[in-house]
Amino acid sequence: MRLVLDVPTWPGNEAGTHVDVRLTAPDGYQATRSYSVATSDRGRVVLGIEELPDGEVSPFLVREVRAGDKLEIHGPLGSYFLWRPGQSNRPVQLIAGGSGVVPLHAMAAAHAAASDSTLFRLVYSVRTPAHVYFRDELAALAGPSFTVDYVYTRQAPPGWGGTVGRLTRDSLASTTIAPHERPRIFVCGSTRFAETVAAWLLDLGHSARDILTERYGGK
Amino acid sequence: MTTPLDGNVLAGALANLLVPDPTNLQARCTNCGQVAPIAEAVVYPDAPGLVARCRTCDHVLAAIVDDKDKTYLSLSGLSAIALPK
Amino acid sequence: MSFATRGFAGHRREPDDRLPPGQTLVQRWPVLSAGPTPNVHTDTWDFVIRDESGTEHHWSWEQLLALGVEDVTVDIHCVTHWSKLDMSWRGVSLDKLFENVEAEYDYVMARSYGGYTTNVPLEDLLDGKAWIAIEAEGEPLDPEHGGPARLLVPHLYFWKSAKWIRGLTVMPTNDPGFWEQYGYHIYGDPWKEERYW
Ligand SMILES: [Zn+2]
Repeated sequence: MRLVLDVPTWPGNEAGTHVDVRLTAPDGYQATRSYSVATSDRGRVVLGIEELPDGEVSPFLVREVRAGDKLEIHGPLGSYFLWRPGQSNRPVQLIAGGSGVVPLHAMAAAHAAASDSTLFRLVYSVRTPAHVYFRDELAALAGPSFTVDYVYTRQAPPGWGGTVGRLTRDSLASTTIAPHERPRIFVCGSTRFAETVAAWLLDLGHSARDILTERYGGK
Repeated sequence: MTTPLDGNVLAGALANLLVPDPTNLQARCTNCGQVAPIAEAVVYPDAPGLVARCRTCDHVLAAIVDDKDKTYLSLSGLSAIALPK
Repeated sequence: MSFATRGFAGHRREPDDRLPPGQTLVQRWPVLSAGPTPNVHTDTWDFVIRDESGTEHHWSWEQLLALGVEDVTVDIHCVTHWSKLDMSWRGVSLDKLFENVEAEYDYVMARSYGGYTTNVPLEDLLDGKAWIAIEAEGEPLDPEHGGPARLLVPHLYFWKSAKWIRGLTVMPTNDPGFWEQYGYHIYGDPWKEERYW
């Protein structure tokens, strides 16, 4: 789900940052969660929200929030899981699981906006075509310096040539930038996804220093 | 001989603590000595507070407990943090 | 500077005389963990009470069970605002474990596999108020809920009911345990909402 917020005082943000959203009940009870910023432009901030079963904040944001509501947000936050244009000319490999694509989409968009010619590749693992976030935006960003490889774990779109099933070490190896090209790698997904992928990347010969992970919890 | 002073003199030095975002700062684990960015800690968010543990040795580096009107911050597992000047 | 968020109440809260202030009734049983879940096996499980003379009293799993396992039905109240009512538990009363322990000091530090600690006054563990619990709702305790055995002190906030319990150390002063050092209340009575320092 995409949540678009008007934040007139938003200072702009770097690609990969997040915000904390804090909800307050009438009796003062509060719940705070972090969400990655997908895009922001002139006071308009877009978040991508996955509804977690049994969640307290995400079901509220997905089901209850209406246009015109006021939300308390704190950000931009995070200075670690970031991509900055011109920082390095090494290629960049993005690896997303589910809604973990949100900050990686922000990086791909920043890369395009900066007309940065560094090679970018995204591997995006998602359950079914209906679960894809930012499909049109990602398609629009694709070009000589940015490609997307989808991995469908449950169901693929009609006419899909590839296999359906979870990402494996071998399929990861064949769709990602080779270790000898020394890519900088950003992995974002559930805790299990991020840890599995990071372990495979080390196995394949990437250096731990080149792998940045962001886990969003969940199973 | 050096005369000990009182805590007031720390105001300037401690003002550096209020960096907008400390997660990319390097910090040292009191248990195993590992130096790593705070962002690389293992954080358990479902506890009654946030608990950050060392990715190398599992030692508790930091804990954050949120009350309504204040936040309790413990950095007891960090022997030092490298703050920018 | 916070303001109320329209339509947000948090997890359902229905008024109930049996709920302490600020608590919400839940049906499921949330898992809260501050670290990795330790792998504890009953064949090597060793429970120890260390008394004020430094003497250690040990119980193996079989010796614990031999003291007599009783059924208890209690309400539990977690400091993160949820409560569960009428939970059925099975465990060994701490009265049985303290029967032959010389304890003049007033406080106890509970210690767990994995390093967790929590402090409790000794009198809060005696007279049928606390157990070493081994089953909940008809099942052996899951590792994520503290299995094979956890402390059960239901009249205090649930962080006092240490998961993966391995021992109790009698102590002369009320030293703070894990959460008590990090901001939570030294005693933790849910009816007085003793959540924080
Ligand atoms: Zn360490």
